[in-house]
Amino acid sequence: MFVMYFTEQPMSAYPSDIGLEIGHTALMFSNKYFDPVAGSRLYNEYLEHYIYAEEQGVEGFMLNEHHNAPFCMQAKCNIFASILAAVTKKAKIVLLGNPLPLAENPVRLAEELAMIDMISKGRLVPGIVRGGGQESLANGVNPAFNRERFEEAHDLIVAAWTREGPFRWEGTHYQHRVVNPWAVPLQKPYPRIWVPGVLSKETIIWAAKQRYPYIALNTSIEATKKIWELYDKTALEVGYEAGPENRGYLQQVHVSDSEEKAEKNARQFLWMQGEFTGLAHPVWSNPSGYFSPEFRRQFVEFAVGRAESPRGRPTFEQQVKDGRIFFGTPKTVIPKLRHVLEETRPSIYGIWGNDGTVSSEDAKTCIRLLGQEVMPAMREIGKELGLTDPFETNAPVHLKYSTDLKRMPQAAE
Amino acid sequence: MPVGWKEQTVELGDVKLRVMRAGSGRPALVLHHDIGTLDRLPFYDALAEKFDVIVPNHPGYGEPERPQWLRHPRDIAALYQWLLADLGVERASLVGLGFGGWIAAEMAALAPRDFHRLVLVGAMGVKPPEGDIFDQAIVSYLDYARSCFHDQGAFERNYGEVSTDQLVAWDLCREMSFRIAWKPYMYSQTLPHLLGGVRAPSLVVWGDDDKIVPYSAGQLYARALREARLEMVRNAGHCIDMEQPEALARLVVPFIDQN
Repeated sequence: MFVMYFTEQPMSAYPSDIGLEIGHTALMFSNKYFDPVAGSRLYNEYLEHYIYAEEQGVEGFMLNEHHNAPFCMQAKCNIFASILAAVTKKAKIVLLGNPLPLAENPVRLAEELAMIDMISKGRLVPGIVRGGGQESLANGVNPAFNRERFEEAHDLIVAAWTREGPFRWEGTHYQHRVVNPWAVPLQKPYPRIWVPGVLSKETIIWAAKQRYPYIALNTSIEATKKIWELYDKTALEVGYEAGPENRGYLQQVHVSDSEEKAEKNARQFLWMQGEFTGLAHPVWSNPSGYFSPEFRRQFVEFAVGRAESPRGRPTFEQQVKDGRIFFGTPKTVIPKLRHVLEETRPSIYGIWGNDGTVSSEDAKTCIRLLGQEVMPAMREIGKELGLTDPFETNAPVHLKYSTDLKRMPQAAE
Repeated sequence: MPVGWKEQTVELGDVKLRVMRAGSGRPALVLHHDIGTLDRLPFYDALAEKFDVIVPNHPGYGEPERPQWLRHPRDIAALYQWLLADLGVERASLVGLGFGGWIAAEMAALAPRDFHRLVLVGAMGVKPPEGDIFDQAIVSYLDYARSCFHDQGAFERNYGEVSTDQLVAWDLCREMSFRIAWKPYMYSQTLPHLLGGVRAPSLVVWGDDDKIVPYSAGQLYARALREARLEMVRNAGHCIDMEQPEALARLVVPFIDQN
């Protein structure tokens, strides 16, 4: 069982009252409210937390990125990954991940990641994401080609890592005269790619077809089980049996030395007014062409205010009841985590420990208790339940490196 | 006199184009907005009383099937040349509404001697020297469509209670616009340099309250085209054709009717 620590790295010093008054806290929420003095302090605090986390026994850091919003300060996950590659020693650096469609030049991304892999001495997991709709708008990237760019950028990056250069790339969205990066990853055949997601079936199917672990982001147990049904079915279709090594999960868990304090801090998981990425217009999060056509009818009604968000806006109490937010002392939280592990059987577990305005001191308490008590207990439970992770099983990095395929995939006649 | 509209599907390679047609006389190709078009509009009827009016539904606009390869409004301009060739239509006049104006201007620039008259109504397609084309990506479908009107009463007369089907159609239209005109948004950097060759006399019409395309774009068109007249319609937003159909027809019909 591989357990990692995650935080959105919130820009907690933003004026939330102004955000509420304006009615949005993402994309168009003016950066005149960004305070670089607070930003400098927070970036350095977050760095300290990672170093502290490694000292406390945390074996992995999950990093991500977002743009134009206070809910996440990382505008480029490769920056923190580079720093952590140099200042930490053992922990895996898991990017979940680089939003591939935003890359105008995926070869450059391949170079950056190869450098980080070498500097970290092979500790990099360069996960990939499509990026939310707001990331497309914030970066001027066409949302209608998001999935096409995601898949093609992936193919190009993997080619840049594994094919001998120089070669030429003539794709639909990317064309390169010369692909021949003089930086290739240390890990062979290439560093493990993981794919996080929430909603799109297409992404689950795509990940399963590559044999990449899929990381379900804070979904309910029921929703997670449905994801694994689809993943497992797709895996069988392409010739392998999926197991815990293909399953990851991210959960909001705040631990503290008292129940009261833990609850108070856990409420910060809803600090963006209950919205995952802050208050935003639905057409920013889901620009036309970005989402699955199957949701179109449902979505357009939501976008003009005629229907509730398809994701809903459950209260804190409801999310606690649904098992999406855990809080407490290690003693009360570990049995809850065991329940999730038993029910959904992932081998990769991200613990989203701190958010919002949780103080640096409380964040460190959470990290200490996670590293010293919660994560070791989870690893034990993992052993007991047979939840072996991709590193332990040395799972194939991609379907094409499999040696256990039951049958070759059949081409459609 | 009621105008009888006929709908046909024309296949142009792998594109199935839905085309509405009515009337007789000089041919007029009418190109609709980026929010698609209603099947029947008083402005279309007014033209059809005098002309052979052809209204193609832009490929992928309001329809789930789309040519995946389309990448630029100039591709639609080329498709419509193909359409006119297949229909055997010569010396058509082009009436471009908003986004359709961009396609019309591209058609005229690509074949400067082919057309009888060019009419651009609140046309997109050029970078406005002052102001920006209003970006629908930031607002909902409903708010965007409403922004196309000076008077919300006119919006309601045309669309009534907006159905979910209409919202879905607008989302499909928007997706198609993103696919072909995302960046730069709704204009071509080369078109202004190509307009000077157009031989067709041109009429450029702007609503006095167009909140979508700044008037400066109309002035640019009028300057760049060889023989152009610029007219303003009062109490009209971007969709003059739906808001002031009679006033627009009074300008357009005699202009196309000229020899």
